[in-house]
Amino acid sequence: MDKLMNLKLKVWRQDDADDVGRFEEYQADDISPDMSFLEMLDVVNEGLIGSGKEPIAFDSDCREGICGSCSMVINGTAHGGQKGTTACQLHMRHFSDGMTITIEPWRATAFPVHRDLVVDRTAFDRIQQKGGFISVRTGSVPDANAIPVSKDESDLAMDAAQCIGCGACVAACKNASAMLFVAAKISHLSLVPQGQPERERRALAMVKQMDDEGFGNCTVTGSCEAVCPKEISLDFIARMNREYGRALIKKGTI
Amino acid sequence: MNLDAKIPSGPMAQKWDKHRFDLKLVNPANKRKYEVIVVGSGLAGASAAATLAELGYNVKCFCFQDSPRRAHSIAAQGGINAAKNYQNDGDSVHRLFYDTVKGGDYRSREANVHRLAQVSVNIIDQCAAQGVPFAREYGGLLANRSFGGAQVSRTFYARGQTGQQLLLGAYSSLSRQIGLGKVQMFPRTEMLDVVLVDGHAKGIVVRDMVSGEISRHSAHAVVLATGGYGNAFFLSTNAMGCNVTATFRAYKRGAAFANPCYTQIHPTCIPVSGDHQSKLTLMSESLRNDGRVWVPKSQSVAEKIRKGELKASDVAEGDRDYYLERKYPSFGNLVPRDVASRNTKEACDDGRGVVGSGLGVYLDFEDAIKRLGESAVRERYGNLFDMYEKITGSNAYQNPMTIFPAVHYTMGGLWVDYNLMSNVPGLYVVGEANFSDHGANRLGASALMQGLADGYFVLPYTIGQYLAGVAPDDRTDTNSAEFVGTEETVRAQIDKLLSVKGKRTPTSFHRELGQIIWDECGMARNKTGLEAAIKKIPELRAEFWENLNVPGENGSLNQSLEQAGRVADFLEFGELMCRDALQREESCGGHFREEHQTPEGEAKRDDKNFSFVGAWEYKGENQTPELHKENLVYEEVKMTQRSYK
Ligand SMILES: Cc1cc2nc3c(=O)[nH]c(=O)nc-3n(C[C@H](O)[C@H](O)[C@H](O)COP(=O)(O)OP(=O)(O)OC[C@H]3O[C@@H](n4cnc5c(N)ncnc54)[C@H](O)[C@@H]3O)c2cc1C
Ligand code: FES
Repeated sequence: MDKLMNLKLKVWRQDDADDVGRFEEYQADDISPDMSFLEMLDVVNEGLIGSGKEPIAFDSDCREGICGSCSMVINGTAHGGQKGTTACQLHMRHFSDGMTITIEPWRATAFPVHRDLVVDRTAFDRIQQKGGFISVRTGSVPDANAIPVSKDESDLAMDAAQCIGCGACVAACKNASAMLFVAAKISHLSLVPQGQPERERRALAMVKQMDDEGFGNCTVTGSCEAVCPKEISLDFIARMNREYGRALIKKGTI
Repeated sequence: MNLDAKIPSGPMAQKWDKHRFDLKLVNPANKRKYEVIVVGSGLAGASAAATLAELGYNVKCFCFQDSPRRAHSIAAQGGINAAKNYQNDGDSVHRLFYDTVKGGDYRSREANVHRLAQVSVNIIDQCAAQGVPFAREYGGLLANRSFGGAQVSRTFYARGQTGQQLLLGAYSSLSRQIGLGKVQMFPRTEMLDVVLVDGHAKGIVVRDMVSGEISRHSAHAVVLATGGYGNAFFLSTNAMGCNVTATFRAYKRGAAFANPCYTQIHPTCIPVSGDHQSKLTLMSESLRNDGRVWVPKSQSVAEKIRKGELKASDVAEGDRDYYLERKYPSFGNLVPRDVASRNTKEACDDGRGVVGSGLGVYLDFEDAIKRLGESAVRERYGNLFDMYEKITGSNAYQNPMTIFPAVHYTMGGLWVDYNLMSNVPGLYVVGEANFSDHGANRLGASALMQGLADGYFVLPYTIGQYLAGVAPDDRTDTNSAEFVGTEETVRAQIDKLLSVKGKRTPTSFHRELGQIIWDECGMARNKTGLEAAIKKIPELRAEFWENLNVPGENGSLNQSLEQAGRVADFLEFGELMCRDALQREESCGGHFREEHQTPEGEAKRDDKNFSFVGAWEYKGENQTPELHKENLVYEEVKMTQRSYK
């Protein structure tokens, strides 16, 4: 059995959106290196409830890096800084005995805090609702093999489509920009032939909604790509900018 | 209780077409006057909500996650079946139908399964049109793989993230309808009860999980798409929030719960590493295409491995027992899930497990790497190997993986007729939440197929039959006695949970319950154990209501309170699972009764006495529920003993 660890946690606690919030300190003792980071928080929470306190609220569901629920900044880095890893997949073997760990929510104007580490990310959904789709009705479609798709393009589309919508890109960006998220969706749909008819509408509508939600601008620092648990490439932002420019020209806006 | 399955007459292959013609239609101009509630935004719920809205109905859709895109369907890895026969390897609707009925060990309803196989082809068309980036061949056409023991290549996939891509496709259609104002979406909202008026489902009561506000919603029909109840076991491959609350509370209002004992234990999951474990991780079944399952032949070698004195590579080829290949020469490592899981349990019970706890076996890629090269293995399974390493810290290219079975899927669910309506008029149930298509065992890549079949292609038609008989103005005011009364029940339950103020956390009760169900109603069951569980669970439930500790209050985001509500339902439901397992004096699919096995240790069905759906009726608190039977008649497929030898 690997050695158990004792850790000090500094956790952001905030009762609701109106509360100013504060850091509180907790002790996390007897932590096994085999635990995931969230299991470590579970242990701390069991202790808190046991001593009559309210547990630390945080989002999680799948706990295997695919649903995009978990969302916390660990020691200053969204998801804790292991390459291609969500907080729920991060394991305690990457920490060492005696360490102090700081845990904060995603911080961005467009992601108000509900409580503690739980934030409101519905802005992402609203961006999707403006154009993150191909307008086909159920049943009104051709045979799946009627439209061949080149394997390379399909693979590239999949690279973008892997985005789990967690919002780490926003949390990591000093401008709280959502460009990587939006770029992933626009790129995915513009890369497949089925997505062509709505290409321009989609790019314009999604970018507009992104701006309206209060996300900042991209200054290409690359911090989003660095923390993205699905390693979505910055190249997609360049692609989105091309899509957007192309749409403006086609629509005669410039 | 009336369990009329309403199976259409006529030859099997024509039933669905005939039925679609016979179904009543709602006048297109009238559809906008109807409101439908869809609870759940997974594959089944999102596809249903989007399609109903496209047809013109007004839809309210609810989910407990912060976004519909995060429903548990997102986690499905392996793929989705469809009888496209794109590989020209002899697949057909009939073959998929046949395989599914056989795979379900002759405990599913034939007509439903046939329809599922029929519409499977439409699903792939639909998803491709939504831009789902399925795997492709160089010629640009769709690629397939063979999955879960199927002898044809009919599984479509998107890397190891098929569920994610299918769900994002359904979510995109749903998002479009939300944008158009046809669907009103309620994320972070938990359904806590269904409202019945004159025996018909007319709405639901929900809790806003951020503010704690309780509200009532009325509609002309209610659709539950709330997923499976695998988390009754506490540890499972399901997401943390998966629960039985919606379906169980509907059961308490009169909906029959069918086959609750049918659960699927998936053979290839990462073994439990300690008491802190919060959930288990599935390693995709596709790994069994190239990985070989083994344990040492001798118990003493296994013990040395457990103590860390020997490694897998120290065990000579001749000292290894590739037990699936040995016992099932024609299917080998690709036997169905229930068979693989049970044999793994046997090997570990025999003292030949290879992880510290004794509960784990090897899944070895050494031969595949020799045969295909490491890069080909990486190409096929790279993301799975990475995931494995993240969790265990071990590199599976160098050392074999260790795996153990884990609860994965629940075949049981609310009883529905051919139209997917429960015995409560106006209450429909789709996806994993219903019971109908997988019998006693589900084949790999069939749940995604069923969820989308139900949501895109079945429910949107069949619900019209019911709505055509309901006048648009026949919608109950949410201030009616029924709505107000149901809300009071919900509030009373919440107050009760908060007022116990005992010592134990909801998790501690959940963990203890899960252990009881896993031990007595897991991979192998017997009369003594089940009877013991039926005694223990009510005791635990009694303690829960005396010693539960839920801090905080209702009026804010309170995750302990959410969890406590779900655990309360599992504590009642777990008992129902055991009762169902006890009554089913046979072995079939995932339900293995130790008393009923062949001399070789295989599941022994009793078709004469048990070819029925066991549907339970709630009879009141602490009352024994009543079992009703829907007899299963096989017109098309001849019932045989499954053999994978
Ligand atoms: C790890 C894993 C891998 C899998 N891989 C495959 C595979 O490769 N192929 C395959 O065919 N199947 C696979 N399955 C099975 C398959 O993913 C599921 O059976 C299927 O996705 C279930 O879909 P669903 O829409 O019925 O429910 P879910 O996706 O579980 O959705 C349930 C919805 O209901 C909502 N909900 C639940 N309760 C409430 C409530 N009380 N109030 C409000 N909302 C509620 C949730 O928010 C959610 O939106 C896998 C399952 C797991 C666990
Ligand atoms: S909990 Fe799903 S990605 Fe972390």
